[in-house]
Amino acid sequence: MRGRIRRRMAKLVLCLSASLPFAQGAAAAQPLSAIGKGEGVLNLVAWEGYAQDQWVKPFEAATGCQVHAKYAGSSDEMVALMRSGGGSQYDAVSASGDATLRLIYGRDVQPINMALIPQWKNFIPQLKAPEFNTVKGVHYGVSYEWGPNTLLYSTKTFPTAPTSWSVIYDAKYRGKVTVPDNPIQIADAALYLSKAQPALGITDPYELNRAQMDAVVALLKKQAGLIKKYWALASDEIQLFTSGDAVVGAAWPYQTNTLQAAKVPVADTIPAEGATGWADTWMISSKAPHPNCAYMWINWVTTPKVQAEQAIYFGETPANSLACKEMDEEQAGTCAKYHANAPSSYFDQVRFWKTPRSDCGNGKTDCLDYTIWQREWQAIKG
Amino acid sequence: MTRLLSAFGWRHRGAANAALLGLPFLWFACLYLAAIGALFITAFWTVDELSGDLIPGFSLTNFRQLLSGPTYIHIAWRTISIAAAVTVTDAVLAWPIAYAMIRLAGPRLRAALMALVLVPLWSSYLARVYAWRLILAHDGVLNWALTKIGLPDLHIGYSNWAMWIVFSYLWLPFMILPIAAAVERIPPSLLEASADLGARGMATFRRVVLPMALPGMAAGAIFTFSLTLGDFVTPMLVGGRGSDFIGNVVYANVGVTNNIPFAAAYAVLPLGVMAVFLLITRRLGAFDAL
Repeated sequence: MRGRIRRRMAKLVLCLSASLPFAQGAAAAQPLSAIGKGEGVLNLVAWEGYAQDQWVKPFEAATGCQVHAKYAGSSDEMVALMRSGGGSQYDAVSASGDATLRLIYGRDVQPINMALIPQWKNFIPQLKAPEFNTVKGVHYGVSYEWGPNTLLYSTKTFPTAPTSWSVIYDAKYRGKVTVPDNPIQIADAALYLSKAQPALGITDPYELNRAQMDAVVALLKKQAGLIKKYWALASDEIQLFTSGDAVVGAAWPYQTNTLQAAKVPVADTIPAEGATGWADTWMISSKAPHPNCAYMWINWVTTPKVQAEQAIYFGETPANSLACKEMDEEQAGTCAKYHANAPSSYFDQVRFWKTPRSDCGNGKTDCLDYTIWQREWQAIKG
Repeated sequence: MTRLLSAFGWRHRGAANAALLGLPFLWFACLYLAAIGALFITAFWTVDELSGDLIPGFSLTNFRQLLSGPTYIHIAWRTISIAAAVTVTDAVLAWPIAYAMIRLAGPRLRAALMALVLVPLWSSYLARVYAWRLILAHDGVLNWALTKIGLPDLHIGYSNWAMWIVFSYLWLPFMILPIAAAVERIPPSLLEASADLGARGMATFRRVVLPMALPGMAAGAIFTFSLTLGDFVTPMLVGGRGSDFIGNVVYANVGVTNNIPFAAAYAVLPLGVMAVFLLITRRLGAFDAL
């Protein structure tokens, strides 16, 4: 009985917080109005490779902020880390689009004053206020770098590049397909179906209602019979392609670069349906103990030079449009290789990861949230 | 000072025992029982969809979810049956090694065999699992050897077969050691008496050695079964499609979806399975041999 009342209370609170978005969040944390003196310390939660000495050491020398980076293995670990210790353990996080909304709605991150981020005006237009880090005009983070989830294939099996994602659902490659072990993979199938079966009416691969989800799950269950392995780590997929256990699959540019450097005959492509992708955002904890150092860090890593260094190190694309020149100076040809000079049509091919929520964003609320995505993914894998 | 303390302990036995057992008891109560208690309680909680906050209370939602479709029952069944298969395999493999080590080998050979059994335990678990991944891969040592002797390729990399092989390899020492200890405890005079009474080797083994070493085998089975039941790394590394264990689902729900109550509800199941398993092995005398 008590449980029921509590649940009702929780529902009430949920409705209230949905109808008064960010009333509490805005009251709790006003964005910084000016960057003050550094606090001497900066604690980061970051992807591995996002806090390299190459740009951390000069930052420490310039600002006096000692950087302590904690590497997270997944978006979800990042969310958990940012909530640990009441949220005041870490100052900033390099969250991907499938974690950012969870952090914003969980009131774990604070609004950002873009007037204090001078490089922001040089960002490509799509990353100035993307919907995965900006809600109702309030910026909760500063975009960093992005990349597409590509179709990786063996050039022995495919002398010419496949033009459709259909190859990873094709029974011809039974036992030779690999895709990431991640519920967000459902969006890849949804993107494919949005073109292959327009009757389903999928407009956004992250906003699926029950009927659309059922169609996507049916496709993925059929695919499950063709899968060699659902990969958890990038190195898993690299090994599958090196040994020939897999010949086609979904990947990141990082795998392609590593495999090609090892002379494995592979290539990647973005098929006609487009691709999903990740876009990372630096966000500051709502209880950050060192906010001035956090702002200084964001300003440091959005400079064209660090943007270029990061892009080349990880194999991704910088948000700052001025980074292209720096990339070519660092390593000739990398600007074009990592699409830093690509027209916005390339960017528009990419549907960036975001957290699926029951609010479809078009006035409807019959979409399925991430908990259900995870459950469906478990059922697909069996 | 030491003398005073020991004199005090001698006169007040209760105090001495309390001092001796206090720390382990505290550890047991606080870290072990409290953790299991928290697990049980959390299993009935739910999670707020938007903020990811835990909602305390009492709700059977998680358990209803677990039983609502075939997925989770299927995963539990896979976990338990592979754990059982690994236990049987290890028992069969461990017997000849343990018996030879104790009864047939001389002192030097015995030491060498013991070292061979133990040495793998000194290397990293991950290194050994990755090694098997290379052996069983499409172009690995296994298929290379099969081709050399003219047999067709086996496609068992990244499958439940691979998991069965790797688990059996990983936990084999944990079966060999208790069986060896149990065999060592059988007085040789009993074997001689059996032979005197006309029993052949097999009959002696079946009617004397096996029953007397059964507690050791049951103790080994506890290790192999529980270690397999709780593992999630090997399925992640050498498993293929449809190779998730209970542990993988728990891991995904804690890490990926932040649905800790659901993970807690599923984690209650292996506790129940282990409780039943321990009751059976106690019947077989496993705890006499520990």
